[in-house]
Amino acid sequence: MTAVLKAQGLGRRYRRRWALSDCTLDIPAGQVVGLVGPNGAGKTTLLHLAVGLLQPTAGTIEVLGDRPAASPAQLARVGFVAQDAPTYSGLTVADHLRLGAHLNPGWDAATASDRIERLGLDPRQRAGKLSGGQRAQLALTLALAKKPELLLLDEPVASLDPLARREFLQGLMEAVVDQGLSVVLSSHLVADLERVCDYLIVLVASRVQIAGEVEHLRATHHLLTGPRRDPARLPEDQHVISASHTDRQTTLTVRTEAPIHDPAWVVSPVGLEDLVLAYMSRTAADARRPELEVQR
Amino acid sequence: MIEFHLDAHSGVAPYLQLIHQVRQALRLDLLSEGDQLPTVKDVVGRLAINPNTVLKAYRELEYEGLVAARPGLGTFVTRTLGDGSPATIAPLRRELQRWLAKARRTGLDDESIEALMLTTFRSATEGEENIA
Repeated sequence: MTAVLKAQGLGRRYRRRWALSDCTLDIPAGQVVGLVGPNGAGKTTLLHLAVGLLQPTAGTIEVLGDRPAASPAQLARVGFVAQDAPTYSGLTVADHLRLGAHLNPGWDAATASDRIERLGLDPRQRAGKLSGGQRAQLALTLALAKKPELLLLDEPVASLDPLARREFLQGLMEAVVDQGLSVVLSSHLVADLERVCDYLIVLVASRVQIAGEVEHLRATHHLLTGPRRDPARLPEDQHVISASHTDRQTTLTVRTEAPIHDPAWVVSPVGLEDLVLAYMSRTAADARRPELEVQR
Repeated sequence: MIEFHLDAHSGVAPYLQLIHQVRQALRLDLLSEGDQLPTVKDVVGRLAINPNTVLKAYRELEYEGLVAARPGLGTFVTRTLGDGSPATIAPLRRELQRWLAKARRTGLDDESIEALMLTTFRSATEGEENIA
């Protein structure tokens, strides 16, 4: 399968701070990709690099087999909804559709007006008077009507209430079925993405911690609980993501391709949210306590 | 037509939840041969889940021979789950009820009984696999 997004050693520096470093990704087409990480982890930087709003400081990035924003044709194949779903508050809904038709060669006017009608939006309404959820839906409509092959969304549901959030994701998933497009959407909350993603990228402190198909991540991560022991003495193919101990018990999150046979462990599945949190807290702990590592 | 729902906190993969719900509906006679399953777009639009999740569940059900996809029409139930007729189930249930009463008389509480069932069930299944 062809890659929608391919990055090799990709990095971006702002003055002396690296917002994204050593990012290597190969995302196959036809998937809904969740890009998760805390605020400031580099999610927006990665998305801006992918649409060509930013140029890399290091490494390379290819989107749909070409350099981002390399040509008008390349631009037409990629849709992007920036953070907080920007719209022109002084323009009406109908104005937005007319603007979209002018600016995009592949504009599908029928898709756009159908969606607006189904959403129950009044074409004469100014965008500034719409609710947050309606504005997000308007921005999504514009992005879908340009018929992109890849749609990138930066924190599309962060500012929405739970109902608007659900409705937004429903609309997005229906569009995935109808248009067969690939999607990358970012969020600082895994729970928002858990149902809609089949591929996940965890980005913490400017680095990709793990990336892969959700099913594979679920199958290769396990929660082990058992009598207290030193995680350093686990089999080599079991990578400890997080560990905690009481005086008697040890609880580990491990990643391994092989089944776990040790009868001392009670093995349970790891939910996606716990999995992501394990990677996040690992990075936080590494950053906070370098001295402890030396002592050990 | 049935309607799917998802338990986000069960830890069970969403596609498995969909499969369980279809199998359960077949057992409870909510679905029978010839009935149509919701279309992928319907499920996706209702639950806000990834279409591949639904496709995967439907493929698995197809593989089990429970449903069949008719291109352009949808996915239809092809057979019911033959879990035994009421005639075979009733005596088994009576036996189980007698056993339950016996277990309670020995002073076991519900949780212990459930754990006993589960461990026995598991070791019996493993035993069968070893023999096979």
